Amino acid sequence: MAIEGADIIKAAAFIGAGISMGFGAIGPGIGEGLVAARACEAIGKNPKEAGLLTRTMLVGQAVAESTGIYSLVIALLLLFVV
Amino acid sequence: MGVGAIGAAIGEGYTAAEANLAISRNKKMAGDIFKSMLIGQAIAESASIFALVIAMILLFTKFSAVSWVTVSAVFSAGLAMGFGAIGSGIGAGYPAGAACTGMSRQPAMTGRLTTNMLIGSAVCQTPSIFALVVSFILLFSNFSAIPVSPGWAAMLGAGLAIGLGAIGSGIGGGVVAEASCEGIARQPLAIKPVTNVMLLGQAIAQTPAILGLLVSFILIYKGFPATNSLAPSMALLGAGICMGVGAIGPGIGEGIASSGGVKAIARNQEIIGVITRSMLVGMAVAESTAIYSMVIALVLIFVA
Repeated sequence: MAIEGADIIKAAAFIGAGISMGFGAIGPGIGEGLVAARACEAIGKNPKEAGLLTRTMLVGQAVAESTGIYSLVIALLLLFVV
Repeated sequence: MGVGAIGAAIGEGYTAAEANLAISRNKKMAGDIFKSMLIGQAIAESASIFALVIAMILLFTKFSAVSWVTVSAVFSAGLAMGFGAIGSGIGAGYPAGAACTGMSRQPAMTGRLTTNMLIGSAVCQTPSIFALVVSFILLFSNFSAIPVSPGWAAMLGAGLAIGLGAIGSGIGGGVVAEASCEGIARQPLAIKPVTNVMLLGQAIAQTPAILGLLVSFILIYKGFPATNSLAPSMALLGAGICMGVGAIGPGIGEGIASSGGVKAIARNQEIIGVITRSMLVGMAVAESTAIYSMVIALVLIFVA
């Protein structure tokens, strides 16, 4: 196998993209689950506010999602730009 | 095997601790609680027995015609089953613990609680069964025709994708089942909607593991052209790590989301529609990062 500098950089970028997206997905996945669990419990206690609670839940989840999207962006950069 | 034993040990320990608490609360039920604890622990143990079987096969089989692809496939089979057993072991411990607690509170519900616990923990085992299937394929397929250079990475990636991917779904399924056992103990009348929503939640919590299984099968069966450079191998290994690790969070998160839904339904079953809708929306959002991981894994496999 003839391994050269450019090849090593490409290889490192590929595995880095995988690691970035993989680990980056752990936090948002758990965090969004916690948000949704609390929202369901709150709706169970106070069904009249279901609309407001669902809206708040979605806003909270969108913020928690942001780090997942950062990981996605970095992974895509590593894949296609480096 | 070593890794696989971790999950079973945590799960069984949790069950035993809950059982002790439950017996101290209600001594009359000690016999039933003890029985239920043993059943729960036996189920939690099954994942680590799968790991033991794979370890035995690895130890006692003579692998002939060794190429580096076979070496990597065999190593990867061990990783897949070892990691894959963690989640199911931990997950199956939760419903068993909650069932023991529930029996001490509501002795009349012992039968129903045991049934619900068995269904819940059986579903928790599915990710580890996926891992077992992939391990067997990796152990017993003939990979001698596959070129070594990207082949070793594809096999290793396949094992990691399903092995790590099974952790989250196993734990997530367990969290849901725990909530439903708690809910039934608190509100026995709600048993039907609670069990239904539990099954729905567990099914969705399995999806990250299914994505992991999909990526493993693609890595095993696609067939990659031989190459002299390092980059394609690393892309395949990266795809496996990406999908495997990326499935952990969403699996656990969806389990937590659905446990909230199950608890709320147990308290207030008239509004099951509203709660189920919010729960499904919440779980869909939690799934999104697993889907990003799958997209990146597929790009690594097919484009890079």
